[in-house]
Amino acid sequence: MPETDVTEAARAPGRKQEETLETRAASTGSSLANSRRRAKTIEAKHVDLYYGAFQAVEGVTMTIEPNKVTALIGSSGCGKTTFLRSLNRMHELTPGATVKGGITLDGEDMYAPGVDPVKVRRLVGMVFQQPNPFPTMSIYDNVAAGLNLNSRRMKKSDKDGVVERSLRGAHLWNEVKDRLDKPGSGLSGGQQQRLCIARAIAVEPEVLLMDEPCSALDPVATLAVEELISELKNHYTIVIVTHNMQQAARASDITAFFNLEESGKPGRLVEINETETIFTKPEQQATEDYVSGRFG
Amino acid sequence: MAPPTEKSPTGVELTTQPLALGPNGITGGTLPAWGQYAVIAGAVAFSVALLLAIGSFSVGLMLALTVVVACAGIYAWSRVVEGPRRALDRAVTLSIAAAFGLAMIPLFSLLFEVTKRGIPGLSAEFFTDDSRGVVGGGGAQHAIVGTLVITGVAVVISVPIGIMAAIYLVEYGTGKLRRALTFFVDVMTGIPSIVAGLFAYALFEIFFGPGVRMGVMGSVALSVLMIPIVIRSAEEVLKIVPKHLREAAYALGTPKWKTIVKIVLPTAFAGLVTGVMLATARVIGETAPLLVTTGVINSLNTDPLDGRMENLAVFAYSQYRSPGVDKMASYDLAWAAALVLIAIVMILNVVARLVYRRYKTEIR
Repeated sequence: MPETDVTEAARAPGRKQEETLETRAASTGSSLANSRRRAKTIEAKHVDLYYGAFQAVEGVTMTIEPNKVTALIGSSGCGKTTFLRSLNRMHELTPGATVKGGITLDGEDMYAPGVDPVKVRRLVGMVFQQPNPFPTMSIYDNVAAGLNLNSRRMKKSDKDGVVERSLRGAHLWNEVKDRLDKPGSGLSGGQQQRLCIARAIAVEPEVLLMDEPCSALDPVATLAVEELISELKNHYTIVIVTHNMQQAARASDITAFFNLEESGKPGRLVEINETETIFTKPEQQATEDYVSGRFG
Repeated sequence: MAPPTEKSPTGVELTTQPLALGPNGITGGTLPAWGQYAVIAGAVAFSVALLLAIGSFSVGLMLALTVVVACAGIYAWSRVVEGPRRALDRAVTLSIAAAFGLAMIPLFSLLFEVTKRGIPGLSAEFFTDDSRGVVGGGGAQHAIVGTLVITGVAVVISVPIGIMAAIYLVEYGTGKLRRALTFFVDVMTGIPSIVAGLFAYALFEIFFGPGVRMGVMGSVALSVLMIPIVIRSAEEVLKIVPKHLREAAYALGTPKWKTIVKIVLPTAFAGLVTGVMLATARVIGETAPLLVTTGVINSLNTDPLDGRMENLAVFAYSQYRSPGVDKMASYDLAWAAALVLIAIVMILNVVARLVYRRYKTEIR
């Protein structure tokens, strides 16, 4: 099955939109909350991912557009999470895991020999499926963890500002502002996940990867996180992996469909296009079968 | 009479057997709540009476006979009232409880004896005076202080080495080297304590000549025994820290060593402290290695680098082996030293558990 790149037509309107908004923001001098920060683009070219001798993902070529939400959908085991983890060099943390092919961040190859994976991960953040606040730290310290652990010396007042900004950005400030020194594990599931998102955005990455961020949450918390995602895309590039097709349809601008031919074979990118196109008139038969529920 | 038959929906003939149940269908009888205690009491009475009648009464025989009679009695009674399955269940439960009691007997007997014999030896003098210039009796202050100093230095040596080795095994080790290390750590846990003592002695003899005795030599010997225990327990505790916490730190762009120091170790802190305390409790009473390394001395010595240092285990041994003029006083001192040693071990265990409960991190 041929893979499809994002078409020029799809890319062009996005770029035009950015320019207009940027010039408008520059001329009015509006605050960060209103302006659109141009985040980075990730390009993957013929990416193959292996766990030891087993090939999990084959020949993925796609572009992750800046300031857009890209959703990776597909049935279980087709390599979506593996591919996502290769975008911030977490895939290689599994013993025996290797990456072939090129992945670039705004044109810079992130797998080049001299590149420090720690630096890549500071630019490309990740939020996981299970909320995982650090249990030994308070809420404040959890949000500031990215700053403390990266040895960025900051004055206390600056750090307070960053923590408040991140918690406001994650729509969690009002709920926790009175108990910032309480442990992070005392929150509900949805609050914990928003705390993890606040922690991820506190270091101001360029790209935010989210691995099924709502699958462990109830519908109310899911809605809160989805609203958050649509706001965050103004400042960051977002990639989310989701099992939930309706969530992909609701929350994303671009959707990429991954599929396995049969189990034991590597997963491949079948089709990538604007979300509306994927869900209404997909080009590939397998995509149509998946989104209409005939399998998966 | 043929058992009643009926047909299934598809026309197959089914034979229905009446189930072997009580008169009310599935509801059988139950022994009353006081039932098993009554049986035990009855068994005690019965065995006491029987043994007295025979004329060979002893506590051990009585207990054994009680267990046998009680198990048989409860089985018989329960079988009639409740059915064979529950009867067997009750009988086996009772015999397991009896086995537990049997296992506890040596422990309680030991504690009882040591307390009974050790208390007469305890006195203010015991804790504040040493045995210098005394031919029998005296105090054990030098021994208590010596034990604390020697064990303290052993902890200072073992903890960094043990925990760093555990960090290597859990976070960095791969393949052959890790397997070899794990194997050798397992071997080291089985080293006889006298061998550890001889090793420490031989090591210091190279530098200081034959006949050297120092407190720190005892610490080295104890470290050889402690390090594998610390490594094993630290390894287990570090493995329990979930992978997703480390991944959360990596995803923020944290280098690996910082993740270990700032995330993994604090999360595992309570478990590490408990492991170290339990390892300490394990080695604090080792006598053989200390005999050949720290020697026997009657006066107080607080400098681990300067000559012989007495400790509680060796003190108890030497008071028993070579008592002074007043034999009973020496024996009393030996028992008292043993009591103090047991008390220290118990305190370490209790504190270890309290620390764990107070400081452990609940990981959701």
